[in-house]
Amino acid sequence: MTVPSSPPGLSDDALRRLRDAAELPEPDPSRYLVLERIGRGGMGAVYRARDVLLKRDVALKVLHVGADGGDVAARLTQEARTLARLEHPGIVPVHDVGVLADGRPFYTMKLVQGHPLDDVVRGRPQADLLRLFSRICEPMAFAHSRGVVHRDVKPQNVMVGEFGEVLVLDWGVSKWASARDAHDAALPAAAAGIDTGAGAVVGTRGYMAPEQARGDSANVDSRADVYSLGMLLTHMLSLSSTRGMPRPLSAILRKATSVEPAARYADAEALAKDVLRLLAAERVQAHRENFLEQTLRLYRRHRTLVLLVAAYLLVRLILLLWQANTAPGG
Amino acid sequence: MKKPLYGTILGGVLGIFDGLTALASAPETAPQIMSIVLGSTFKGLLAGFLIGYFARKVKSLPLGIVFGLFVGFLLAAGVVWMNVASGQPGYYWQILLPGSLVGLIVGYATQRHAELAPQR
Repeated sequence: MTVPSSPPGLSDDALRRLRDAAELPEPDPSRYLVLERIGRGGMGAVYRARDVLLKRDVALKVLHVGADGGDVAARLTQEARTLARLEHPGIVPVHDVGVLADGRPFYTMKLVQGHPLDDVVRGRPQADLLRLFSRICEPMAFAHSRGVVHRDVKPQNVMVGEFGEVLVLDWGVSKWASARDAHDAALPAAAAGIDTGAGAVVGTRGYMAPEQARGDSANVDSRADVYSLGMLLTHMLSLSSTRGMPRPLSAILRKATSVEPAARYADAEALAKDVLRLLAAERVQAHRENFLEQTLRLYRRHRTLVLLVAAYLLVRLILLLWQANTAPGG
Repeated sequence: MKKPLYGTILGGVLGIFDGLTALASAPETAPQIMSIVLGSTFKGLLAGFLIGYFARKVKSLPLGIVFGLFVGFLLAAGVVWMNVASGQPGYYWQILLPGSLVGLIVGYATQRHAELAPQR
C-alpha cells in the first residue's frame, strides 16, 4: 500500500491520519487485533494489540511501510532474537515473531505499562537515583555477560514499571560482541553483522561513546554502553532535588565517560558495583580518597556504632568526674 | 565474618578497654589490674559470643539491643556479686553501667553486621 507524499487539498493532520491508517498493520485477525499505535521510531512502530487466542494485550512491533526490506527487516529479526535470548526481568520478553500479509516482519512482546524515566527521577534525592540507576545496570550487566551490547542506552529507552521495576527497551541496534556469541545464539551471519561495518554510526548523539560516534564499530563493546550509562546517570542527577555532588560520585562519572574505552569500567556490572559501594559508604574503585575523606566515610558508614562508643566513653568520663567529686577530700 | 565471631572480637576489645579503665576509676585496684583486665576480657568475650549467637538466630535490631543490654547487665552484676562476696567494694555504678552499655553496643553492632553470603 502506498500513500502519496503530498496530495493536493489535504491538511497535514488529515495526511498524517491517512498515513497512520495506511501503516496500520494487518496481522492474522484470528491471532492479533491491532488497537492503537503507542510508539514510533525511525525503523518501525509499536502498536497495542489484542492477542485473540491468549486474551491479553501485547505490544506489536512492525517495520514502517516502505522501509527498505533488507537490512532493516533483518535488524528487526535480530532484535527479536536478541530479546528472546536475553531472559531477564529488566528486558521485555518476546512472545511471537511473524510476517504480515504485506511482507513486513513483526514481533510481539509483553506490553510494558510504566512511566518514562524522566517522569520518575525528576525531583528525587540523589541516593534514590543512584539506587534506581544500579537497577538499570542489572539488565545491562546481564546482556554484557551474554555478549550483547545495547548501543542505544538513553532515558527514552528506560521505563519504570508500576511496581518500580526497571525495563531497558529498544534493542534494535544491539550488537553481539563477537562473531562467536552471534554464532552461539544461532543468528544468521548477516543479522549478527548488521550495521557493524566500518563507518556505520548507530546510537543517539549525546549518549553514544566517542568510538561509536566515529563509526568505529569494531571497537564498540560493553564499554560503549558503560559510556552511555555514565551519560544517562549524569542526566538523571541533573534532575535530582539534591544539589552538589560528592567527589567519589564525580569520579565514577568521569571514569564511566572517559574518552578512552580502556579507562572506563569493563562493563555495566563493574559500574553498578562502584555505585553500590558509594551507596554503602564503601571505598569506590574510581576514587583515591585522602585521610579526611576516608575518616568521614567510615564515620558515615558506622555512624550509630561510633555514637554508641562515644556514649560509652561519656558514661566512663561522667563516672570518673562523679567519683572524683564524691571521693573523701575531693 | 560470622556474627558470633564478630561479637566475640568486639566484646573482647571492649572488655580489655573496660578493664583498663579501672586504673582511672579505681586507682587503688592497680595491683590487681592484670586479673581485672583478664576477667573483664573474658566477660566481654562471653557476652560478645552470646550476643553474636543471638543475632545470628534472631534478626531484630530492637531485640538484639535488649538482649545485649540484658547479657551485659547480667555479667556485670555477676562481677559485682563476686566483689561483694569476697568482701571488696561493689563498685555498682562503675561496673553495671559500662558493662550494660558494652552489651548494648555489641547487640547493636552484631545486628547491623552483615555476614558475607557464600560464594556462588
